[in-house]
Amino acid sequence: MSATPILSLSGVKTDIAQYHVLHDVSFDVPEGGVHVLLGRNGAGKTTTLRTIMGLWQARAGTIRFRGQEITAAHTTEIARMGIAYVPENMGIFGGLTVEENMRLASHDGTFDPDRLSRIHTLFPAMKQFWAKPAGALSGGQKQMLAISRAIIERRDLILIDEPTKGLAPAIIAAMIEAFREIATESTILLVEQNFNFARSLGRGVTVIDDGRVAHDGQMDALADDSALQTRLLSLSLDQHQ
Amino acid sequence: MSMVSETATAAAGRNTRSAGWWIVALAIGGILFALAFAPFLFDNVRSQQVAARICIFIVLVASYDLLIGYTGIVSFAHTMFFGLGAYGAAIALRGMGPGWDAVAVGTLAGVGAAALLAILIGLLSLRVKAIFFAMVTLAAASVMLVLASQLSGLTGGEDGITYRAPDLFKPATKLWLDADGKVATLWGVKLNGKLAAYYFVVLSCALLFAVILRVVASPLGTVLEAIRENEMRAEAIGYRVVAYRTGVFCLAAVLAALAGSVWAVWLKYTGPDTALSFAIMIDILLMVVIGGMGTVWGAVLGVTLMSLAQFYLKDLMEVAAHATGDLPLLPELLDPDRWLLWLGILFILLVYFFPKGLVGTLAGKERRA
Amino acid sequence: MERLQQTVARMGGVNLLPVAVALAALIAIGAPATWVTLTVAGLAMGMMIFLMASGLSLVFGLMDVLNFGHSAFISFGAFIAASTLALLSGWVAADSLLYNLLALGIAISAAGLFGLVAGWFFEVVIVKPVYQDHLRQILITMGALIVAEQLILAIWGGSPLSVPRPAFLQGSWLIGDTTIEIYRVFAFLLGFVAFLGLRYTLKSTRIGLLIRAGVENREMVESLGFRIDRLFAGVFMVGSALAAIGGAMWAGYETLITPDLGAEMMVLVFIVVIIGGLGSIEGSLLGALLVGLTGNYVGFLAPKLALASNMILMMVILLWRPQGLRPAVRT
Repeated sequence: MSATPILSLSGVKTDIAQYHVLHDVSFDVPEGGVHVLLGRNGAGKTTTLRTIMGLWQARAGTIRFRGQEITAAHTTEIARMGIAYVPENMGIFGGLTVEENMRLASHDGTFDPDRLSRIHTLFPAMKQFWAKPAGALSGGQKQMLAISRAIIERRDLILIDEPTKGLAPAIIAAMIEAFREIATESTILLVEQNFNFARSLGRGVTVIDDGRVAHDGQMDALADDSALQTRLLSLSLDQHQ
Repeated sequence: MSMVSETATAAAGRNTRSAGWWIVALAIGGILFALAFAPFLFDNVRSQQVAARICIFIVLVASYDLLIGYTGIVSFAHTMFFGLGAYGAAIALRGMGPGWDAVAVGTLAGVGAAALLAILIGLLSLRVKAIFFAMVTLAAASVMLVLASQLSGLTGGEDGITYRAPDLFKPATKLWLDADGKVATLWGVKLNGKLAAYYFVVLSCALLFAVILRVVASPLGTVLEAIRENEMRAEAIGYRVVAYRTGVFCLAAVLAALAGSVWAVWLKYTGPDTALSFAIMIDILLMVVIGGMGTVWGAVLGVTLMSLAQFYLKDLMEVAAHATGDLPLLPELLDPDRWLLWLGILFILLVYFFPKGLVGTLAGKERRA
Repeated sequence: MERLQQTVARMGGVNLLPVAVALAALIAIGAPATWVTLTVAGLAMGMMIFLMASGLSLVFGLMDVLNFGHSAFISFGAFIAASTLALLSGWVAADSLLYNLLALGIAISAAGLFGLVAGWFFEVVIVKPVYQDHLRQILITMGALIVAEQLILAIWGGSPLSVPRPAFLQGSWLIGDTTIEIYRVFAFLLGFVAFLGLRYTLKSTRIGLLIRAGVENREMVESLGFRIDRLFAGVFMVGSALAAIGGAMWAGYETLITPDLGAEMMVLVFIVVIIGGLGSIEGSLLGALLVGLTGNYVGFLAPKLALASNMILMMVILLWRPQGLRPAVRT
């Protein structure tokens, strides 16, 4: 635990319009593997990701990426430093083809053939619908495209917001496999409501409640402690089990 | 505890009223006084003409503020509704002769047309973005302007219509006779039809302005502000946003049309330049912005300042144009005919730096408390 | 009914509307020669309006900014081109195609260059501070329009200005008993080339890919690491230049221009982008052709209703499709 964390938030406060959404969020994401951000609806998970990405500006606090402060950086710069973002609505360009969506995600518009074939292996649908408009894809396929976009070039950190929302169990299973593989080269910060999904992937876990960090620790410990789960996540567990 | 502190803040807020708020209140009070007694205060015809125009425009601008300030929608069709009212009265007065029946019929027709058109435009385009609505109203107003100049049989085209007002307003009409059977005077002012006409304008406008004040203070006003602040939430709470917006648009259109009818009766002439042209729309916009969006009382200040500026700015520019006569381009820019150029620049600066206008900026603290 | 709908959709759907309008007009007018003349005029007018409208529409689609001062570029373009042509009157009147073309090219370039520079100024000074605020955006761009119109009056005066047409664009071709003005054909071709150029840029270049993506989802483009504000400034400049070029072409078409030109065209431009749907150049083209054709046909059949007819067209289309015929996809 002595190594510098890849991402570090300290005392982050974010307002949206006149509302205080994040009151005080501090946590570290260690390099490698999947770190899960859990919490109820409206707890501030999405706001945390958007603040990291610079899509909303933090009013106070600092955010560091590999030790370098990015709190006030422009979204574009943050992206170029090696952080990818997969928003909850997936951010697919529906009027563009799958290929065009992918080309936008590569900094010069060309593909590394090895990485492309790896994506095609992970998500065969991407190959099948390569030249089709992305708007015509199913929900699960759109999610695969969003993730493919995030990994077509090597990124150090990938922020993913609720990838399993509304997906069929079979697709979720495939998604777990994909995430395991991605986590071998990139760090993933995953916002999730589905506790089973989160548990099967996560190493560290941070629980946010009402704009504050309510718990920060290891996923194994949380998974074994049902009392703690009930206290922290009563709502999500009721929903998903 | 919190009750106490709130009362304390409120008291503090009342204290901060003093400077800005009192200036605004005094200015508005002074203007209203001057308008109410204009015939007794100024003895030339021209200043009465200016005072009548200010009265009419206060209603026009305040009703426009219902849209732009209180509901957050931008319409460029306000002169169109104003013109419908004016042309309605004008056409009826020309066709039926100078009687109150003609005024009533014409006003009713003009107001009816305005309401109908407002509902149509509102339902068609208030469903979508504010910007769409602004474009549609601009297009509608332009088409109306072209129609008015083309249907010259009905509207008199570019020349407009000249007609007579009801007999009561003739300068020869004696309202009150003195012992000798001549027209009586009060403080040196003849109590004739001209005076009646002026007070017809003042009272009609006061009535319309009172309606606007009532609307703003009513629960409807609160709903409108809720919609302006957060459309989604207002919709979620259960307000039918489109219906409310269309309703307000319609109300503003009716008020503008009524003001137009009064204007037509006062002026005894209606043409594109006095009732329909886009220059009037620009005047309204400037007046609203100067007075402050979202403050009905601001209309009084905005209209008066702008009307005075229209006279004095031109004089000032005349002088400046002469002074710079030898320089290139500058005299053209300072030509009194180019006064809109400078008002336009002023307008941009106001929207940038004082979006709340004069009243909003000066009396801002009071509004918050 | 459903099969009819499907057949129509297969043949091009809403793209067929101008054809339908043209056919209906042929029946109403009866005389084919007149109809051809009117159709050519309508297409030419449509293409010029397309030049003026496309930039406005793209800027709106990309940044949610509607520039009410857009018509200032049209007016300035027209007056600059007119002055340039007057300055080069020797070349304009010369019996040499080369000199004619040179004069025309310089005039159009001058208008376009002005559009680029003024567009940059407009974007940075006028529009940028009010990106997110529609209400103030409308007011400020409107204020800028007032100032621009007054500047035109101050520079060129209020009286109509006549525009010399290059010699090779004078006159008309007579095919059978049909007359076709050469200038109209030229205007149509220029507009069509501009359309093809825009379409190519949007469909087949990386900049175009970014613009299309930006129209759909600005935030995501930034999250992928691209500066959308610079892209936007570029689109704004090109859009303004196109409007100025459209104005220059319009000046040559009218041959006598007044400072009211911008305001008059703006109404048509608004109707076009509302009909076509904001944010897509195909929509703008479709709307422009519809407005151009309808205006010319109705102008012949019932002259007084020409402008009102476009208004009615807009109302009908808004009732049918509140977002316009071919709006850009937004996710």
